[in-house]
Amino acid sequence: MDDDRLSIVLFSGTDDRLQAAATLISGAVAMGRSVDVLLQYWALDAFRADRINKDHGVSAEAGVEGAAAMRRQREREHGTWVDLLHQAKTLGEVNISACSHSMEMLELTRADLDRLVTNVHGIATFMATATGPITFI
Amino acid sequence: MTIEQINRSIDARGMPCPGPLLSLIGAIREGTVGDVIEVLSSDEGSKTDIPAWIQKARHELVAVTEEDGYTSFVIKKAR
Repeated sequence: MDDDRLSIVLFSGTDDRLQAAATLISGAVAMGRSVDVLLQYWALDAFRADRINKDHGVSAEAGVEGAAAMRRQREREHGTWVDLLHQAKTLGEVNISACSHSMEMLELTRADLDRLVTNVHGIATFMATATGPITFI
Repeated sequence: MTIEQINRSIDARGMPCPGPLLSLIGAIREGTVGDVIEVLSSDEGSKTDIPAWIQKARHELVAVTEEDGYTSFVIKKAR
């Protein structure tokens, strides 16, 4: 078992959660860990090539103040979660895969996805790599 | 203390975590052995993140200086 792997399942497709995930992923890879990411449901939808750079809103728990904080952060132009993921990929091994079940549900093909997504996997393939604890966001 | 010649300075003030660290990593990758890089960061997390990464990546933390509202890190690329 490779203790240095970080396995993350992304379910939510809002910008606050995706920003938090991208921070976690980039920090892990900066410190030498390999990262496997599986995109499900609304997170997968956020990675569509034609939507990835659009505003994905914030989760309900953010409230009005949280939404304003996210807006301020965006206006400072220090990069989005998309930029952070591209940067993370230059630092080490970051595998971002789409869940085949979610692909079918959303009626997507590989051509619909942003180039950050490199594979489409069934859950067993992801589990074969994700030997340690799984972080679910 | 030896005064090091700074080869590159990165102003990462205002950048949230992990921006300053990633900027440093990028500069280290682009540099050559012996280069001295300065990073200015107002992110509180950088105070522990940058030394932790330097230790793991086996570079040299030459100086850390607390300024008004930010921290200056001076790093030498060791390998």
